Amino acid sequence: MTTVVLEKIWKEYGNQIVLENIDITIESGSFVALVGPSGCGKTTLLKMLLGEERPTSGRILLDGVPLKAEPDWDRGVVFQRYSVFPHLTVLGNVLVGREFEQSRLLGRLFGAKRKTAIEDARALLKSVGLSDHENKYPAALSGGMQQRLALAQALMRKPKVLLLDEPFGALDPGIRAEVHALMNELWVEQGITVVMVTHDLSEAFRLGTRVIALERRRNRPEEKERYGATIAHDIAVWPPKKQKKLNGSAVASEVPALVATDVSAAVH
Amino acid sequence: MRIINRHPSRGLYILLASLPFIALAVAYSIGSYQRLSVNPADKILPSVTQMMAAMNELMFVPDKRTGDYLFWSDTAISLWRLACGMGISIALSLILGVTAGFIPWVRALVKPFVEAFSLIPPITILPILFIMVGLDEASKITLIAVGTAPLMLRAVALAVEEIPREMIVKAQTLGASTWQMITRVVLPQVLPKLIVATRFALIPAWIFLVSAEAIAAVSGLGYRIFLVRRFLSMDVIIPYVLWITLLAWLMDLTLAMVQRRLFPWFQPEQKS
Repeated sequence: MTTVVLEKIWKEYGNQIVLENIDITIESGSFVALVGPSGCGKTTLLKMLLGEERPTSGRILLDGVPLKAEPDWDRGVVFQRYSVFPHLTVLGNVLVGREFEQSRLLGRLFGAKRKTAIEDARALLKSVGLSDHENKYPAALSGGMQQRLALAQALMRKPKVLLLDEPFGALDPGIRAEVHALMNELWVEQGITVVMVTHDLSEAFRLGTRVIALERRRNRPEEKERYGATIAHDIAVWPPKKQKKLNGSAVASEVPALVATDVSAAVH
Repeated sequence: MRIINRHPSRGLYILLASLPFIALAVAYSIGSYQRLSVNPADKILPSVTQMMAAMNELMFVPDKRTGDYLFWSDTAISLWRLACGMGISIALSLILGVTAGFIPWVRALVKPFVEAFSLIPPITILPILFIMVGLDEASKITLIAVGTAPLMLRAVALAVEEIPREMIVKAQTLGASTWQMITRVVLPQVLPKLIVATRFALIPAWIFLVSAEAIAAVSGLGYRIFLVRRFLSMDVIIPYVLWITLLAWLMDLTLAMVQRRLFPWFQPEQKS
């Protein structure tokens, strides 16, 4: 069970206020989609969750504990590009998380441990449909396959939260629909909490249990600098999606009891 | 059709490629023939037969004073110096280049110094080396290292900095420590570029080797060339120059092959 709490987050770069007063509580097992126009600070917010950037004020709690100020294993990530290692094979890319975890000095596993790791990696590769490609290098994979590999690689480490930064933005429409279905499946099967940044509204509503729209309240040139983006809409997606039973109890997508009557109107 | 869109066939390509080589050989032969027919004792443009005779002496007849086969002992000692110098450069560029490219503290410590150091024309410190470490092997090896290390080190540090930030963040989210990232992410991605840097660095390395041998040595390919120069022995100098060229070419070829074999995932032309 993982909850992420953002408390009164402000982010400023010099005089420029990017985000103001962001308060979000992300329940365990939910799939939060962050949307908003470009430059509204949604990627900045994700970077703060990742630990790459620090909020100017406010704090982020992961299971009640302040977030480590650098990226670490408890937050997995898939970027739009460069998410997998070009020098490792498909199998090697999935294995590497386990190797980092269990072999501090060599970063390599041998014998029984390696065998178990390979079994687990193969299971994940199967669930993302890459079983037949485990000895290929990423350069030989299509964009969609690379992103599926990146998902498997991130899930291998069993992060508490999975962060996605426009993960499917560079894919062709057909491939994207395919990867959406897979993403949904993984979320249902693995019982993870996901935060995804996207500029694609239909993607946000298709995958998310909750869609949060960031927007600048004031956008006139002379005001722009001093007013950052804040939460404009916080929408529970209807109908609620449910994850598979984990540890004997059903994990419902617990979201605030706010149901938008007209979803697209609310976001625009 | 525009000439830029016309491509020679494979056979024509080979013909065109070999043309300059043939032209040079023919021009030399004509020049050599003309000079030798005027004066059979001419030393400036020796014939192939004369060169072969001179080389035969150096390759297969032991030297009267030392008993060495000079051509082979020259080659061995020169390659040894080159290998030592390049070895030091490779070690330095791996250790300092990778850490300077990856760890901000080390970068602050190393980078400005190396940048300043690389501006020193290496040949100017040769006298300093002679005075400080003497005239033996150390000064020649140091010259090669000094001449190539800064440039290789900077290439490696740059290669590390060019690794996309996303990849480093990704490694951290998989729980990697700095050490694990260096050994499993950074080094493997930098090694093919180190080979590229080594291939480039071999060019100045040869220059510094021959210079050092020419100035102060009692053996080596460069030493021999500059020794026999006093007797206008073009019949030795020309084959030695060709031999050095051949060695340099073979080294480059070998490194290129090693790079393709060991790093099948690395294709520089595909870099976006």
